[in-house]
Amino acid sequence: MDINVLITYIPLYNEALLLTFKIGMLGILTAFAIGLSGAAAVYFKVPVVKKILEIYIELFRNTPLLVQLFFIYFALPKLGIRIDAETCGVLGLGLIGGAYMIETLRSGFESIDKVQSESALSLGMTRRQMFGSIILPQAFSVSMPGIMANVIFLLKETSVFSTISLMDLMFTAKDLIGMYAKTIECLFLLVVYYLIMLLPISVLGSFIERRVRYAQFGD
Amino acid sequence: MHNLGIDVLFKGTNMIRLLKGLWVSVEISLIAVLISIVLGLVMGILMTSKSKVIRFILRVYLEVVRIMPQMVLLFIVYFGTTRVFGLNISAEASAIIVFVFWGTAEMGDLVRGSIKSIPKIQYDSAYALGMDKIQVYTAIILPQTIRRLIPLSINLVTRMIKTTSLVMMIGIVEVLKVAQQIIEANRKASPNAAFGVFAVVFLLYFVVCRTISGFAVKLEKRWT
Repeated sequence: MDINVLITYIPLYNEALLLTFKIGMLGILTAFAIGLSGAAAVYFKVPVVKKILEIYIELFRNTPLLVQLFFIYFALPKLGIRIDAETCGVLGLGLIGGAYMIETLRSGFESIDKVQSESALSLGMTRRQMFGSIILPQAFSVSMPGIMANVIFLLKETSVFSTISLMDLMFTAKDLIGMYAKTIECLFLLVVYYLIMLLPISVLGSFIERRVRYAQFGD
Repeated sequence: MHNLGIDVLFKGTNMIRLLKGLWVSVEISLIAVLISIVLGLVMGILMTSKSKVIRFILRVYLEVVRIMPQMVLLFIVYFGTTRVFGLNISAEASAIIVFVFWGTAEMGDLVRGSIKSIPKIQYDSAYALGMDKIQVYTAIILPQTIRRLIPLSINLVTRMIKTTSLVMMIGIVEVLKVAQQIIEANRKASPNAAFGVFAVVFLLYFVVCRTISGFAVKLEKRWT
């Protein structure tokens, strides 16, 4: 391993890390928005929307992100829908993540005892108040471990963005290996940068999980 | 139909090639999952062992697998080993190595969860009947664990099939690569082929994974 090579590559990797992180975060936010509104729609059994969401979840949970991205990036332009690579990455990540988030949150909502919503309604709360201040906070803490697992899964999935020519970590590594054949240095930096991105989130995840579990036992 | 480019698939052997590509993905994940189940059982039992050192090492292994994207692992095995050890591992072999490495960890965690979920009374009763440790595991604990495990490991198979879409990055000709080749070859004759072909690939993955995961759900319902 050559230290000088590492030093010259680091700025390139920094840039790639920023891009990966940015798209990852935007994608996760989109996923979370889809997940929350979708799970709420399933919870309130909104007639047509529920059926559509079921199909959406099945479709996106049973296909790889890579195939979804290829479809959005290469196939949709043929119908006249042209999306640039970054938006495409955010959209793809948001859609696959949304499907997983709906499932996670939905099972959280289901785990809340019926007594809770009935008591809330009998106290004169509106359905919206009941959902917002009684069901959601409890369901949220139940599904926290699942949400954190999804976040890590989605950040890992960003590695496929290189295929639609986004200059993310994977793309940078592949590009540098192709140009200068410094394979070991490139792969070493790749691993280090993924660790920089994912390790704190993984640690944060187990921390939050512990806090939430603590809250659940009520002491 | 024509301008969506689905007709390309019915020309010559295109559809058969696509299905063969899909089979490559399924084959890699089946081989990997079979090896992972065996290794995962061992790992799961080791993860419940009393030795702190073993538990710590396996924990680190599991975390590493959880954190590293599979694509990075693929690159390390396919490009890295050649460089460091001078080994020449074929793309298929490195894909299987990576999937086994990943599958064993995931499987081990599932096995650990299932073993932990078996009530302590089962062990106590078995020991009280005078069984030794090996008998307890092979005759009492493992049969019950495996029953709980089968639906979970089927889900792992679908996750693996989905992840095999990445192996095109190290040059294995699987369904996505074949799709790209077909689109490239028909660029002039049917410029919209990208839509039809990728839509079909999307559906193929969906059908395969949906069938397998539907099967897992059914088993889960019947056995619990």
